[in-house]
Amino acid sequence: MTEEQIAFYSQGGKPMKVEQISIFLENKPGSLENVTGILKDANINIRTLSLADTTDFGILRLIVNDVNTSIKVLKENGLRVSRTTVVAVEVPDRPGGLHSILEVLSKNGINVEYLYAFVEKSGQNAVIIFRFDAPDAAIDVLLKNGFTVMPGEKLYAF
Amino acid sequence: MIYNEEFETLPREVLESLQLKRLQQIVQRVYHTVGFYRKTFDEAGVKPDDIKTISDIRRLPFTAKQDLRDNYPFGLFTVPMSSIVRLHASSGTTGRSVVVGYTKRDIDTWSELMARCFVAAGLTKNDIIHNAYGYGLFTGGLGAHYGAEKLGASVIPISGGNTKRQIMILQDFGPTAICCTPSYALNLAEQGAAMGVDMQSLKLRVGIFGAEPWSEQMRDEIENKLNLTALNIYGLSEIMGPGVSMECLEGRQGMHVFEDHFIVEVIHPETGELLPYGEEGELVFTTITKEAFPLIRYRTRDISRLIAEPCRCGRSHIRMDRVTGRSDDMLIIRGVNVFPSQIEAVLMGVTEIEPHYQLIVDRSGTMDTLEVHVEVSEHIFSDSDEVRYLQKMEKRLSKDIKEYLGITAKVKLVEPKSLQRFEGKASRVIDKRKM
Repeated sequence: MTEEQIAFYSQGGKPMKVEQISIFLENKPGSLENVTGILKDANINIRTLSLADTTDFGILRLIVNDVNTSIKVLKENGLRVSRTTVVAVEVPDRPGGLHSILEVLSKNGINVEYLYAFVEKSGQNAVIIFRFDAPDAAIDVLLKNGFTVMPGEKLYAF
Repeated sequence: MIYNEEFETLPREVLESLQLKRLQQIVQRVYHTVGFYRKTFDEAGVKPDDIKTISDIRRLPFTAKQDLRDNYPFGLFTVPMSSIVRLHASSGTTGRSVVVGYTKRDIDTWSELMARCFVAAGLTKNDIIHNAYGYGLFTGGLGAHYGAEKLGASVIPISGGNTKRQIMILQDFGPTAICCTPSYALNLAEQGAAMGVDMQSLKLRVGIFGAEPWSEQMRDEIENKLNLTALNIYGLSEIMGPGVSMECLEGRQGMHVFEDHFIVEVIHPETGELLPYGEEGELVFTTITKEAFPLIRYRTRDISRLIAEPCRCGRSHIRMDRVTGRSDDMLIIRGVNVFPSQIEAVLMGVTEIEPHYQLIVDRSGTMDTLEVHVEVSEHIFSDSDEVRYLQKMEKRLSKDIKEYLGITAKVKLVEPKSLQRFEGKASRVIDKRKM
């Protein structure tokens, strides 16, 4: 990546970030199915997801092809939803892939709130979804160290 | 000022001997005229002659609201209808209404007690009283009306409703005192302000508010908005109507129960055991002068406590504290009395949650457990979408409940609209211990 690109992405910040939907769910049968049903009816495709759970409740995090429509239909169905910003980083799908990113982040004192991952369709790369306290600083560091940060648009249309 | 100085300042021992004499008479009368009392006294193994000291009242059985409903409408009257000059009735929102009757003398007594209330509030015959309690089957309107006339004050029988007209009359007639529910007082203040009326410059000096539970915070708010002194009055139709007890201007803390006409006790709502002065429990009243519809040890379901310390106003009658809740709603968890309203007070004002909650009481081994289920609001993720943040919030709410109520509760966040909704009185408690 060129110096110009780095400057563009780290100053503007936005194009590099990904919008994720967080949904509050009770830990009971049917909660997840309710959400997937709502999204299916709205013709939404889920790109990737993760579920953080406790004994009582869970937080479902989704990356979808249409964030605005998803939030609208979920809210209409009475769910508690929020839009959160995450960063998607592409790494080669091989031993040490994730480690190489964490090493850089750690060296630069960047804290990871949570992360989850999936493998690209081609099977060549893995995509790690990170939630950072300070996403702009994280993007800056990642780009400077040669990692590929996936823009939101690319991920939604994946 | 004291309306009936002789009776309101009777030395305690004289007052108690008067109470005993009147109690003995009323117990004889109900036993010999009302089948219900004969039956319950016999079942409890107590005869009217057994009442030899004032504390013998404890041997008498309680009367519950259900007993009144079972004897609807006139079953507990002790006089023929020819002696009854008036009937009132409760609204009956929670079941069959309760009908109460008054003889001419009962009306006179009630009028005097209401007159005592007005004088305790600093009113004289020179005052104009805006009486916005509802007139009709409800005891509030006519009760206050007769008391105002007894005192010789000028009474405006405005009754409830038609707020714009009320505000016009408050400006034009210049009443110096107002009687209504505390929530209606706030409503008047707000609507008046919305109409561009300076509600702080009215001639109102005193407000006598009752018929619903209210708080000290609400008192401050009313006093500020209407620029008057707000006083608390207590009563219930079963016992008489408004004027069973009244706060005095001098003390402004606790309401004097007119003990020459009523005997008040505070009992443990679950066990029925008599509680010492100062302890919170359910109020129980015995009417000792009523003719048409006397009641023996009537369980009010109202929660309060008695204040035995003498009041600076000079009245010897005991005071009862502000009613804090209804025993119907009260839970006893690990020996601690808990009202849903107290939990509500903790949950209120937390933006991440809705004011919809449910309390689930259960027993694990020998320990009672309390779970508070509360619906999350749309602001649930306003700070973070992390699990630990929500868990921290649950813990913080538990800690607040612990600090405020002294009991450990597990707070559980639930999805919106997952808790049952209620049209009328909300039932927020599921007590699994009794199943």
